[in-house]
Amino acid sequence: MISAATNPIIRWEWVVEEWDQVREAIVEHLILTVLAMGLGLLVSALLAAIILRFRWMTTPITATTSLLYTLPSVALFALLAPVFGNLSRWTAVLPLTAYTLLILVTNTVAGFLSVPQPVRDAADGMGMSPWRRVWTVEFPLAVPYIVTGIRIAAVSTVGLVTVAAIIGQGGLGRLIFSGLRRAFWTPMTVGASLSIILALVLDFAILMIGLWLTPWQRRRKASDR
Amino acid sequence: MTDTAIRLTDVSKHFGGSSGAAVDNLSLDIETGSIMALLGPSGCGKTTTLRMINRLIEPSSGVIEINGVDVMSQSAQELRRGIGYVIQQVGLFPHRTISDNIATVPTMLRWDKTRISDRVEELTTLVGLDHELLDRYPDELSGGQQQRVGVARALAADPPVLLMDEPFGAVDPIVRARLQDELLDLQRKVHKTIVLVTHDVDEALRLADRIALMNVGGVIEQLASPDELMRSPASTFVEDFVGEDRGLRRLGLNTVATLDFHRGPVVADSATIDEAEQLLLTEGSDWLGITVDDRFTGWAHADDVRTASRDGRPLDDVERFLPAAQVEPTSTLRSAMELIMVSNTSVAVIDDGGRFGGVVTLEDIRRSLAVDQA
Repeated sequence: MISAATNPIIRWEWVVEEWDQVREAIVEHLILTVLAMGLGLLVSALLAAIILRFRWMTTPITATTSLLYTLPSVALFALLAPVFGNLSRWTAVLPLTAYTLLILVTNTVAGFLSVPQPVRDAADGMGMSPWRRVWTVEFPLAVPYIVTGIRIAAVSTVGLVTVAAIIGQGGLGRLIFSGLRRAFWTPMTVGASLSIILALVLDFAILMIGLWLTPWQRRRKASDR
Repeated sequence: MTDTAIRLTDVSKHFGGSSGAAVDNLSLDIETGSIMALLGPSGCGKTTTLRMINRLIEPSSGVIEINGVDVMSQSAQELRRGIGYVIQQVGLFPHRTISDNIATVPTMLRWDKTRISDRVEELTTLVGLDHELLDRYPDELSGGQQQRVGVARALAADPPVLLMDEPFGAVDPIVRARLQDELLDLQRKVHKTIVLVTHDVDEALRLADRIALMNVGGVIEQLASPDELMRSPASTFVEDFVGEDRGLRRLGLNTVATLDFHRGPVVADSATIDEAEQLLLTEGSDWLGITVDDRFTGWAHADDVRTASRDGRPLDDVERFLPAAQVEPTSTLRSAMELIMVSNTSVAVIDDGGRFGGVVTLEDIRRSLAVDQA
């Protein structure tokens, strides 16, 4: 056993020596997050479009995405490992994507449903085609909801990526697990704090992008004269 | 013959699932440059009728023509870009600036940038909006300002026809009255054919040239001018809908100019005192009005005139009191009546651009309201 004196919470020499490994873990963590989120956005856009077009699909799609969301992550990673192989990135990305769907679909649908009926009516009355109305009126108005969904999904994905370490993926999760296994706190502390920082930075970045995309939300209401 | 801008011929609308027709065999001609109010209780099909004109609702049967062209002969989008549309909740696009909102239709019609910005400036002035608001977003504006933007947006591509669905229903009564006045001012400048849906009798009376009063099922109970609707309701439904005080409401519709007013006991100051005394006798009046150069200068008491006559003094010498009640030919009978009441005289003097135009008495007003008893 390494004594507490030689095994502090963090040993900065280790961080400097093993910086390549740390950086690689950050990059891998980001890649997994971005892939899962990108795929999640694509699939959820499709599912949301189906729900908005065919309302009766709401229940089956919501039930399915809810079910996916309830599956324990460790179990899902473990189950998919034999299917895609332990070392394939997709073994991690597919479950991660599945977990984003419930939040992304729900928020996207809520965003489009939040568009006030008079606004839609005015758009039609002005002679907008349905496509134009969806892309130039409804979509921009749904953006705040969609961005909120992306923020929640991104933060939870950053967290879930660490769990993918059990199948040899998982970016910063691998540092945490190796630290735990060896009872050597430094990699664990580094992995854990970096994943927290990553989640916060990502959340803030998406928040900022969202505000930049929706300038009309930044101004306050004028009082009725 | 007057031009018909919008013609509905035997138009019906049945909605799936309901037994009766929402609009049943409706025929209606709307004159070019006039304001037609579709007035009626909720469920009378007035909004349905309006929305069939720009095909937001497709008629089940019948023909709707705008300037002789069947609305079904072009695509719904093309048709709507040529028709202004204003709704109660305004429906401004919250994510677009005021200027972009106004530019909606010109942008779709691919006008070039300068033309669009010139037009936006022009409309902003026309509807009485502050140009500083152009870069704001709709949520930063008051309800009244938003409604003005809604009207500007509807007029952007200069459509000949404007459809307005309860346009002032969501603003408070003071703002509403102001917006109504502004609409009338605007209409004097732009001469659009306006179809206005409302359930507010006063709004219809105030704005419309013609009123189609509709009953449930899209049936026109009466099609008439506002005064005609008040004077001779065609059915008990109309009578009930317009209310019991329709005689009084007509006071607000008609102007002093519509009365057969008379000169009354008024003389020019050049008249002799004898002529003045004679006029007092024939008019049976206690007061004598005196004009100088055709301008009304005041009332003299009959006793003072007689005293002056006895003393051999000229008319000019008699003390005059200024009139408290003065109206213009364009004043409504309602304001003339109020002036007479509060000034505690029985007549109002008509001031026609500075010149004496005659007098109005309560009796004149009463006679004008009396329903013809032929």
